[in-house]
Amino acid sequence: MTLAFDLILCLMIVGTAAAALLTHNALAAIVFFIVFGNLLGLAWLAMNAVNVAMAEIAIGAGITGVLLILTRQRLMALGDDLVSAETPGWLRAGAVLACTGLTALVGSAVLSVAPADDLGGPIAALLPELGIENPVTGVLLAFRAYDTLLETFVLLGALVAVWSLAPGNAWPRPPASLNLAESGGGSVAQAFGRLLLPLALVMAAYLVWAGSDFPGGAFQAGTVLAGGLIIAAIGGAVAWPRADNSILRAVLVLGPGVFLIIGLAGIALGRFLFYPPGFAKAMIVAIEYSLALSIGATLALLLAGRSVAPDHRS
Amino acid sequence: MPTLMHLYPLTGAALVGLGLYGIVTLRHPLRQLLAVNVVGAGIFLILGGLGRGTASTDPFPQALVITGIVVAVALTAFGAALVVRVAEEERARDDTAAVEATGDSA
Amino acid sequence: MSPLDLLVAVPLALMIAAVLLGSRGRLLLLAAIPVMAGLTVWLLLLPEGTAHIVGDWNLPLGILLRADGVAQLLVAATSACASIIGLYALREFAPGPSGSETAHGYAFWPLFYLLWGGANAGFLTTDLFNLYVALEMVSLAAVAMAAMGSLRAALQYFVVALVGSLAYLLGVALLFANYATVDITLLAGTARPDLATKVALAVMTAGLLIKAAVFPLHGWLPPAHAAAPAPASALLSAIVVKVGFVILLRLWFEAFPAIVAPAALDVLGWLGALAVIYGSIQAIRQETLKALVAYSTVAQIGYLLLAFPLVVTAAGSDRAWAGMTIHAIAHMLAKAAMFLAAGLMLKAVNGHRLEDLSGLVRVMPLTVAAFGLAAISLMGLPPSAGFIAKFLLLEAALEQGAVFQAAILLVGGLMAAVYLFNPLSRTFAGRDTPVTEAKDTLQTAAPLALGLLAVSLGFAGQAMVDISAGVSQAGPPAAAVGEVP
Repeated sequence: MTLAFDLILCLMIVGTAAAALLTHNALAAIVFFIVFGNLLGLAWLAMNAVNVAMAEIAIGAGITGVLLILTRQRLMALGDDLVSAETPGWLRAGAVLACTGLTALVGSAVLSVAPADDLGGPIAALLPELGIENPVTGVLLAFRAYDTLLETFVLLGALVAVWSLAPGNAWPRPPASLNLAESGGGSVAQAFGRLLLPLALVMAAYLVWAGSDFPGGAFQAGTVLAGGLIIAAIGGAVAWPRADNSILRAVLVLGPGVFLIIGLAGIALGRFLFYPPGFAKAMIVAIEYSLALSIGATLALLLAGRSVAPDHRS
Repeated sequence: MPTLMHLYPLTGAALVGLGLYGIVTLRHPLRQLLAVNVVGAGIFLILGGLGRGTASTDPFPQALVITGIVVAVALTAFGAALVVRVAEEERARDDTAAVEATGDSA
Repeated sequence: MSPLDLLVAVPLALMIAAVLLGSRGRLLLLAAIPVMAGLTVWLLLLPEGTAHIVGDWNLPLGILLRADGVAQLLVAATSACASIIGLYALREFAPGPSGSETAHGYAFWPLFYLLWGGANAGFLTTDLFNLYVALEMVSLAAVAMAAMGSLRAALQYFVVALVGSLAYLLGVALLFANYATVDITLLAGTARPDLATKVALAVMTAGLLIKAAVFPLHGWLPPAHAAAPAPASALLSAIVVKVGFVILLRLWFEAFPAIVAPAALDVLGWLGALAVIYGSIQAIRQETLKALVAYSTVAQIGYLLLAFPLVVTAAGSDRAWAGMTIHAIAHMLAKAAMFLAAGLMLKAVNGHRLEDLSGLVRVMPLTVAAFGLAAISLMGLPPSAGFIAKFLLLEAALEQGAVFQAAILLVGGLMAAVYLFNPLSRTFAGRDTPVTEAKDTLQTAAPLALGLLAVSLGFAGQAMVDISAGVSQAGPPAAAVGEVP
């Protein structure tokens, strides 16, 4: 990529971020944010970080964007018009000063570091041992598997935390339906809902498999699956289950559970999260498929929100 | 010595400052969540952007960034649900206050 | 096999079980407690500095888990607190009379185990990014539990916690770019005092000070801790704030001791002193019980930072280190006891204010006794662990000629006496005996057990000092090793 491209991209990134933060209209802010996320994805591509680009576009722009839109809709139904109170001039001036100072400080620190690919070599040397070719998957599922394990529990915990917000009479009913057909629109949504979910499933399955040797992986796949589930819910092809549905709970814990079990089994052979030589790829793929399923369900339910009482209007 | 490869990390630094400004000056919690995500994106650019060699990109920070993105969405989702719940409670309180007011004046 | 991973894996497995079973599975706690107790004892018996890398990948690629003195003591205190708070919560979150489960009753247990596992992960790892993930585990659980009390306070806590985490992560990003590793043990060997390192240390410290609720970044703590249900408040004040503090310790004294300027340590010491004074004054002014206890937490955390300048000067540094660590665990036990006791007292009288507590000692003497025992440790009276901690810190301060620190230690103790005697004396006040419901044995025993632990642990003073000095890199220089009289 040429310097001109990189420069323009960076300017657009900062520009859309500024627009998202400074505009008064909340919906415009969210839209700018989604554009910002996609531009970030381009930036990651320019930096040759394809796995990150996929994750940023799918999760950072896609899921977060949809989340913000749905939240705005819920807030407006409650009469909250999302207008920030005017901040006093002195606070804004002080903030401009402080933040410019911070940017200068961090920027100088950044400039003082020479960019280098220090660990790519050692990682590439160890990849044949694992039997996979995607180094990012290697780092996520092997070298830093402990991090990834903990992070999947953060995701599960976030869903439990959202569930905990349900008011007394709503638990454990399903969340509010997103079905457009109910509110009078959306035959297109219905068609898409039925069509896209199976496609999303196939895509997710492929992404997990490809993730071993090419860019992809459990998180990206799980997000695609979540996207399919959301669109299906909007189209009415899928209804949100109750929170005490056993199958739902089993699907949610499958990923973290399989990861934990494989980790504990590793103890029998020497070490927590130790993969026996020759079986590493099999273990990694097994973990990733389970994770993709759970991540898909968890992200979709995080967007669905908390349980609602039968008389809830949204 | 600044090089061309510092461009993206520097953008990240700018985003960190910009996002922090947003957090401080935007009073509505949903807008603050958006600003928080901008800061996060900036930090990820710094983390991943400085891991580039002449021919290759370091996969280690890429994995850290992916982990960070997932953690960020999990927390944002919970935060958004919390914001809605607070707004609900606020409205319920306003409703009961309004009912009491009309009851008093009746 | 090693307890280092099991101490995290077991709570996570229990979290899965809790998600699957909901309130029906809450009695799993009774199986969890002995298992975690066994793992904790195993951890304490490990030789100092036992470490291994998860999955056996070499550094800097892998993640190192390590049992140093600080980790051992804090994991042990966490196990004690979590176990007993969990037993109290069994009754608190039991299903309603119709057998129906509430959202809080369901969600408390997975969040409880997430917090426990995350705290252990935070104490046992030396990897700065892994510590970020652990911080998020703990913060998520903490905010969700705070939301069970006051939604507004939880939202404020949430935004503040998020900003703190991001400040910390920014530092991690800069450190990784600079050193190609985020492992503390590796950083300790290769740290350079350049711009990136200093900026990283500064932003990480700011973030961690927020997490540990150090004055003046403490504003989120009192509303959140005061409004949450009693077991949640106990978990928040006892365990959650300590995780940020431990990371701060490791950063300042293990990873970058050579880069840290003495002036910076003095600044932290000053903040600690201000926290003690401000927190104590606010606690004295409070009219509701739980807010009082919450401000007490702000003050007690100040002592931990007050010790920072004392730890590096050669004379008495080991005593300062031991005193600081023991103070942390003494506070964990005492504050948990106090919040649980306060919860029982407030439930009994159906009010929040201190005046409402009149005559309670006649109806719930054991609970008031538990509150009293906790107060003894917080005030630093013998023979409690709080006394040992204060004594060690005073010794170190006087040996170094740090008169200011010594004065704050003494004044703080006096002010603690003032704000703790207030509610205690109210329970003795009045002539009438309030009418209350029947008490639950388990819930009464819980704060009492914690209070007794806090007070009697003082007898194990030398053992705690010995454990806290573990690991050659962390802690004070090997110069002067004193004896506790």
